[in-house]
Amino acid sequence: MSDHLLSVQNLHTSFFTDAGEVQAVNGVNFDLDRGEILGIVGESGSGKSVTAYSIMQILAETGRIVDGKILYNGEDLTGWSEKQMQAFRGKCCSIIFQDPMTSLNPVFTIGSQMKEAVVLHTDKRGSDADARVVELLELVGINEPRKRVKQYPFELSGGMRQRVMIAMALACEPDILIADEPTTALDVTIQAQILELIQGLQKKLGMAVILVTHDLGVIADMCDNIVVMYGGRICERGTAHEIFYNPRHEYTKGLLRSIPNVNNMKKKLIPISGTPINMLNMPKGCAFCARCDSAMKICLTEVPEELWINENHKAACWLNIRDAFRGKEEAE
Amino acid sequence: MSEPLVEVKNLKQYFPVRSGMKTQMLKAVDDVSFTVGQGETLGLVGESGCGKTTVGRTLLRLYEPTAGEVRFDGELVTDKNIHAMRKQMQMVFQDPYSSLDPRMTVEDIIGEPLDVHHLCSGRKERREKILELMSYVGLNAEHARRYAHEFSGGQRQRIGIARALAVNPKFIVCDEPVSALDVSIQAQVINMFEELQEKLGVAYLFIAHDLLVVHHISRRIAVMYLGKIVEIADADELNEHPIHPYTESLLSAVPIPDPEITRARQRIILEGDVPSPLNMPSGCAFRTRCRYATEQCTRECPALSNRGGGHQVACWNR
Repeated sequence: MSDHLLSVQNLHTSFFTDAGEVQAVNGVNFDLDRGEILGIVGESGSGKSVTAYSIMQILAETGRIVDGKILYNGEDLTGWSEKQMQAFRGKCCSIIFQDPMTSLNPVFTIGSQMKEAVVLHTDKRGSDADARVVELLELVGINEPRKRVKQYPFELSGGMRQRVMIAMALACEPDILIADEPTTALDVTIQAQILELIQGLQKKLGMAVILVTHDLGVIADMCDNIVVMYGGRICERGTAHEIFYNPRHEYTKGLLRSIPNVNNMKKKLIPISGTPINMLNMPKGCAFCARCDSAMKICLTEVPEELWINENHKAACWLNIRDAFRGKEEAE
Repeated sequence: MSEPLVEVKNLKQYFPVRSGMKTQMLKAVDDVSFTVGQGETLGLVGESGCGKTTVGRTLLRLYEPTAGEVRFDGELVTDKNIHAMRKQMQMVFQDPYSSLDPRMTVEDIIGEPLDVHHLCSGRKERREKILELMSYVGLNAEHARRYAHEFSGGQRQRIGIARALAVNPKFIVCDEPVSALDVSIQAQVINMFEELQEKLGVAYLFIAHDLLVVHHISRRIAVMYLGKIVEIADADELNEHPIHPYTESLLSAVPIPDPEITRARQRIILEGDVPSPLNMPSGCAFRTRCRYATEQCTRECPALSNRGGGHQVACWNR
């Protein structure tokens, strides 16, 4: 049936805290194809990272996938055992995190940490594995790889550490690479290096990439398709062109108006009013309604469904439905 | 031209770093000069570790400068009583979580500078002033008795700004004031900085690593690399005609939130990392990553030279 590489269907992930259930991801659907770069954008608490962690099943102890399916090549991961998941992680799908310092073990050398991944997931052993580690470091553009394998993480700069993380993630040539805010902790010039590297490797190895970030600039640069999340739900999705030049959800529109861009330097920014929502106290209707200037009555009570704007674009906003009806009336 | 409000001349800030037996000097800020005019915003950009925060802190004498002068309204800051000086110059910090005392209410946080500088005669006046400051930054009067942890990041940053404004300063050093905030909140705070400047005529040194934000808020921009200013120019001039190769690559590396523009332009990717400030290259600090570097760059460090229209650049080859 589905020939997508990865298909997330109606995903619900909740955290059960002392203060109550937090529905971090609330009915998320998306598909990922081979060789695609998909961007998930949203602010903190929008559920973008939890979506990524749900795919890898590396949620914190209090977190659980409550409902939904995650299909990888047509097989549902949510029912898999921990052992099956271990085989999936690394081999089929890898993840790199925001902070390369805390993701590397400070008491082991780069080489031994990377060898562990190689030995665990491939049939290479001994000097074969060592050679593979050096090859991987070369692949991610680290100079003097033979020297680096003997060094510890603290001896490397932030950009270098992120390269090591990427090399480890690529150890068994996964089909999917999830990058969770891969450049947020890095400086602009180093960020450009890492983004270029991810783009280059994606083309070379033909893998699919899910890029999770809050930076619309990075998204504009890298992604074929974009998913915009707010309050655990997808509010809009489409090709990069559609999302940036034809946004149809009030949150996306507000976001694009509120960031400094080359063409609004001399104009005042138009901020989104209010504060990000409290996940413990989700509104009944559209998650964004409390901050939306055009909110209508229905927005307060009913969650809008995602509707097709055109073949490359979907948005979940009641205004689109209103406008569609208005357009129809006018036509009549 | 009118007298500048803040004048920095050959400012140096070295920190001793002990490694084993020997003590080395880390040149965090090395010979930096610039001015900030009345009611003007000067943006200061650079990568982490370039010394931009140290410049801001040294201006306020949170560190005592190793050498050089800072003049405020024509007077040497180092000669002035620190108490009187801080009434004129204030600071807004990057992290709104650690820069507010968790055991004080908002009222006390904003009121503390009023008490320290004896700016109000009685309880009633103090209360009125605090409420006025809170309304400046868009906080409700009912927030006055709450504690910092009850607020979101954006609101905490507003408290920090109200505290800085309490003494009615002429100059505020803003050290990465929006980088800890969510995108949708950043614009609120940036607009507030701009509105307060229009209303109160306060000048800012706006330190940030986000070039688009700095370009938006600043009239002029200074670019720092490894403790030195490599280029200063008007914000638009710098963005349209960068001269220093570092500025050039920095600008080309900024991801612009517009797919067509960002994909069409040529990225200049710098090789390698920033050298350690403890082990600086000879001559020009940028030469190890510069595509124009020549033999002269290894020998001598270029000084800022005027290229017309207030555009200053420190480079031998451009």
